[in-house]
Amino acid sequence: MDFDLSEEQNILKDSIGRLLSDKYSFEKRRHYQQSAKGWSDALWSDYAGMGLLALPFAEEDGGLGGSDVDRMVVSEVLGKALILEPYFATVILGGSVLRHGGTPEQRARLVPQVAEGALKLAFACLEPQSRYDLGDVETRAEQAGDGWRVTGKKTVVIHGGSADRIFVTARTGETADGKTPVGLFLVDATAAGVAIDDYLTHDGLRAADVTFDGVAVSAQDVFGTPGEALPLVQRVVDEAIAVLCAEALGAMTVMLDLTVDYLKVRNQFGGPIARFQALQHRASEMYVAVEQARSMTLFATAMLASPDDEERSNAVRAAKFSIGREGRFVGESAIQLHGGIGMTMENAVGHYFKRMTMIDLLFGDSDHHMAALADSNARFG
Amino acid sequence: MDLRFSDEEKEFRQEVRRFLADNLPDDIRQRTAEAIHASKEDLVAWTRILNRKGWAVPHWPVEHGGTGWDPTRLYIFQEETQRHAAPQPIAFGVTMVAPVIYTFGNDRQKKTFLPRIANLDDWWCQGFSEPGAGSDLASLSTRAVRDGDHYVVNGQKTWTTLAQNADWMFALVRTDPQAKKQEGISFLLIDMCSPGIEVRPIITIDGCHEVNEVFLTDVRVPVANLVGEENRGWDYAKFLLGNERTNIARIGTSKLRLEQIRRSATKQMSGGRPLLEDPRFREKLLAIEIDLKGLELTQLRVVSADAKRGNTGRPDPASSILKIKATEIQQATMLLHMQVIGPQAAAMNATDMEHADLMAHQPEFASKAAARYFNGRKVTIYGGSSEVQKSIVAKSVLGL
Repeated sequence: MDFDLSEEQNILKDSIGRLLSDKYSFEKRRHYQQSAKGWSDALWSDYAGMGLLALPFAEEDGGLGGSDVDRMVVSEVLGKALILEPYFATVILGGSVLRHGGTPEQRARLVPQVAEGALKLAFACLEPQSRYDLGDVETRAEQAGDGWRVTGKKTVVIHGGSADRIFVTARTGETADGKTPVGLFLVDATAAGVAIDDYLTHDGLRAADVTFDGVAVSAQDVFGTPGEALPLVQRVVDEAIAVLCAEALGAMTVMLDLTVDYLKVRNQFGGPIARFQALQHRASEMYVAVEQARSMTLFATAMLASPDDEERSNAVRAAKFSIGREGRFVGESAIQLHGGIGMTMENAVGHYFKRMTMIDLLFGDSDHHMAALADSNARFG
Repeated sequence: MDLRFSDEEKEFRQEVRRFLADNLPDDIRQRTAEAIHASKEDLVAWTRILNRKGWAVPHWPVEHGGTGWDPTRLYIFQEETQRHAAPQPIAFGVTMVAPVIYTFGNDRQKKTFLPRIANLDDWWCQGFSEPGAGSDLASLSTRAVRDGDHYVVNGQKTWTTLAQNADWMFALVRTDPQAKKQEGISFLLIDMCSPGIEVRPIITIDGCHEVNEVFLTDVRVPVANLVGEENRGWDYAKFLLGNERTNIARIGTSKLRLEQIRRSATKQMSGGRPLLEDPRFREKLLAIEIDLKGLELTQLRVVSADAKRGNTGRPDPASSILKIKATEIQQATMLLHMQVIGPQAAAMNATDMEHADLMAHQPEFASKAAARYFNGRKVTIYGGSSEVQKSIVAKSVLGL
């Protein structure tokens, strides 16, 4: 067993950390956020230049052959900076579809574009009625000649408004025995019949509701086997959740640091409030929660490689459950210990709290994953 | 980073399992799984089996009888013995006083005491806490006054675990009342047969006789039984407490408890089906299992860091986190086990550990679930309460 990062991973972590501490101050972030698209083109180019956008892809496809642990390392650092760019939507969600569902031809065509920052992707899997159920799909795909036509509505598509192309789940037939045949299609954001309603989310990022009205998809943009793509979608989401855990961990770490710093400088009753035991103990409990979250992030990341799909999904669910719960505790405690200043938009801690909270709502909150585990035969011994 | 155990480590785990399967007597295993503590007879019997194999004190330095295993193997060994319900060593001898003796003691003390500790020829108890010195241990007031070749000891110790079994006590005593409170303390080894020692039982809320008050009246302790230097006892005590980190979490024991809960929950019916099929119950169980998984990885992170950098012998803040989280989990398993047993957990049995052997024939519903739950409230109190641990984390990790 070895929990240490490799030298390359440490270098990667440090270089991203340096870039972000330089270019992602609180003020600069606000500036990026207020731009039309809500993020920074210049940073996006920096990410491409550093190889971040190429990292997870196989070398033969034009990537850097990064591992699950590499993605975890990167995402923890990105979580500390609360980045606004569509990295998660493009490289993690879209990238996972390419890596696990793309044919050699599709990968050869698309991976280099992603790697150089020319192609931004999104992943549309949720619908107004579906909550977190990936198999609850009303959007339809019907065969039309060699290709398909997609019709339906997707909601909370992360960075859907920035995407050049959008992966869409759609049913390819009727539900039978409780199972819906699901396909996965790559749609041009500018294609006829696509309507994108872009909006801000509470964490300062962007999402979109996307409507598809008979949108044409060519045969080369079908991913996985139409009707049998749900396991692929599940795998993509599992990888995304593991990465979100790492991002949440980064945010939790910062919330703890900010809180500890604040306790030392805020003076009341004639001295720093850090001398009050009630506050010390709450901060210590935050620390315990952060370390628990770190362990569960490692667990989810390590289990991504499991050859058993169910074991992998259950491990990821356990981690998301744990991070949701610990993260809420850390976030709420951070606000509480900051007092009034933590309630303001002017202070950074609230922004981390909001990102943490949005992460809990992404791809299943802690209640959802616990219920799913309880319905399965999962056990963790 | 690679979170898998190596092939050699996996093989080692199998070797431990084989040894347990071949050598741990079935009756001892069954009694240990049910009991709150193993009985003295069972622990002595098992310790001697281990000692013949050379595994009784694996964490000691090789020259004193240790195995030379790295922290990962020590962890695997502990986890397997806990999980397979082998009697767990009472810490006072093998992990508390022995490291103090082999680190700070003289040759005669090493030669006299260490082999007898390894073979459990001597049972040790800990004379630290006093009525006026609990979490604030350094304010202890038991006095030791030099009189020729002896110290004369007067005072009272309390919460002395299993003093009724003990042949020896290691005690913190005040040798210089004028010094600052941490600086006037010495570390003495006291023969429990000495005249002037009286052990009085304290019966805890579970009905057990586990802890005691120990009264010391003009007890003469040879100066030869002073460990290290006079008035340096506090340093040795801190060293001793810092050695506890590897087993503080008791992951294997919690795993055993969760397996027992699952087994009980397949037998206990609720609404016409086994409790285990109730999703609400499963959610409670899974929440603990997941917490334990996280704790296990935290423990492995500490173990792995130790393996790489070597144990510094200083108290590590990581042991505070492990203590806080592990004891929460232990208490959660004890509560849930009692809840699984349900109304039949109400029946009070002969829970006194001297009668532990009677319990082996009881059906599971008459197990000690409730007594264990009551007894288990201690774990967030002893060894530095959770509140003390949180203050340690605040000070030494967070710098508050």
